[in-house]
Amino acid sequence: MASPIWRNFKDALRRHPTAIAGGVVLLAMVLVALLAPWLGTVDPQAVAPVRRLKQPSAEFWFGSDMMGRDVYSRVLYGARVSLSIGIAVALFSTLAGLAIGLVTGFVRWLDAVVMRVMDGLMSIPPVLLAIALMALTRASMENVILAITLAETPRVVRLVRGLVLTLRDEPYVVAAVAAGSSLPRILLRHVLPNIVAPLLVQATYVCASAMITEAILSFIGAGTPPNIPSWGNIMAEARSMFQIAGYLILFPGVCLSLTVLAVNLLGDGLRDALDPRLARRM
Amino acid sequence: MAVVAFVVFLLLYLTPGDPAAILAGDAATSDDIRRIREKLGLEEPFLVRFGSWVWGLLHGDLGVSIFTNLPVTHLIAQRIEPTLSLTFCTLVVAVLVAVPLGVVAAARAGTWVDRAVMAFSVAGFSVPVFVLAYILILVFSIQLDWLPVQGYRPIREGLWQWARHLVLPSAALGTVYIALIARMTRASMLDVLAQDYVRTAQAKGLAPGAVLVGHALKNAAVPIATVIGIGIALLIGGAIVTETVFALPGIGRLTVDAILRRDYPIIQGVVLIFSAAYVLVNLAVDLSYMFFDPRIRY
Repeated sequence: MASPIWRNFKDALRRHPTAIAGGVVLLAMVLVALLAPWLGTVDPQAVAPVRRLKQPSAEFWFGSDMMGRDVYSRVLYGARVSLSIGIAVALFSTLAGLAIGLVTGFVRWLDAVVMRVMDGLMSIPPVLLAIALMALTRASMENVILAITLAETPRVVRLVRGLVLTLRDEPYVVAAVAAGSSLPRILLRHVLPNIVAPLLVQATYVCASAMITEAILSFIGAGTPPNIPSWGNIMAEARSMFQIAGYLILFPGVCLSLTVLAVNLLGDGLRDALDPRLARRM
Repeated sequence: MAVVAFVVFLLLYLTPGDPAAILAGDAATSDDIRRIREKLGLEEPFLVRFGSWVWGLLHGDLGVSIFTNLPVTHLIAQRIEPTLSLTFCTLVVAVLVAVPLGVVAAARAGTWVDRAVMAFSVAGFSVPVFVLAYILILVFSIQLDWLPVQGYRPIREGLWQWARHLVLPSAALGTVYIALIARMTRASMLDVLAQDYVRTAQAKGLAPGAVLVGHALKNAAVPIATVIGIGIALLIGGAIVTETVFALPGIGRLTVDAILRRDYPIIQGVVLIFSAAYVLVNLAVDLSYMFFDPRIRY
């Protein structure tokens, strides 16, 4: 593991304690999400009308909501929903963006058509696009992931295509074309390795923005179905209770903000580590 | 714009939800649903529906709301004032706050001022609009009782009341936008400050402020203008949420209500209007490049 990239990476991480902090918080959230059943939680859906709207206490660490459900358990299980949506969207839109971007960057006649469609999609603000898509399908986690992925992908496509267009004129790519390498081979061997770093950084930003978009969708009633306790849903249900039970919004809100902050810090750290030229500027 | 219109229509056409079934309610028979579908023209083939929709669009007609039977353009016109007030106030205040923040951060790069601005900017990206909105309400309306909790007063009922009701919504909505612009201003300024002509200006003894604003900021303006334009997308998405939290009777509320009722002519109309606004603002931004950089000609 003595490649220069890896050494740069470690150096930069040492120089960027915030990125480490982000990584640690994110890791903690992932652990919390995975271990939710063993962290002193009860069934997040169990209703107990007698004990509704209890302030945070030793019994209900984060209080209870208007149906007597334990908010602590709901927030912990909510971490699963938010994180899996963030990661799934980052993964899918990166893969889709990569595939479309690679091909359009090299196949001229497709480029014009695909980019017009992407321009069209990009001129609709992403949150609005996701809202419009969700408004007309059934509320489910798969649909939320699909809608946000569709809204995020065009930006990834544009990034990949831009990189491909500059790489296409690099001497080693031109040489490979001249030597008669097949298109898939050129893309995989010569182009892809040069795209991975910026794409990874972009993926973290997509992940952060997907988690916020999910919360927004759920908050206005167009997101994950109400029987799944996502952070957005917990806050949406607390909307009318806000003045008497602010903690209902506070706990999931703080968790969401912390997680998104952690992902953003990690992304900034990655960017600095992988692209030293930008490191001191942004 | 034609592409946008087609994409908007296609998306909403392809998605499965059936407004007729929802409109008819749970007790309706399949005959009832078919009658409603016919009345709404949902049985026509795709191209016919698209054709008549575009024809209407060209005549300034966005169709009729399924639920209220009122023209969509009428509904949007009714609700446009709060949304325009909110986004416009946020835009102006955010630019006035963010650009100086970014300039100061760049001029004092590496000091605590710089770090504070950058920390604020990363944090601003990470807190969702509505969480911030509730925190602001809790502090400024409930604890301190300085500002109204919710609601909107039209501008003709007095400037003071109008402004008072917009302070918190604008602050909540503007934070992400300020974070974005401040960050870009700082990056762009740092680039320009490293240029030779800035050193020349400093060397010939110009006041530091004059160098910063007259030489550096003007040359750093193109990326800043770009990000202000792109950031409008954040404002539009955020406005829908902000209007919900603060109970502002704007287009955002209209959209949320339309989603709950699957009133899709309204959703189509709103998406189209917002996208048109977004495209137009970015066109204006493109044109403003000519002002900042006379080398750019169209």
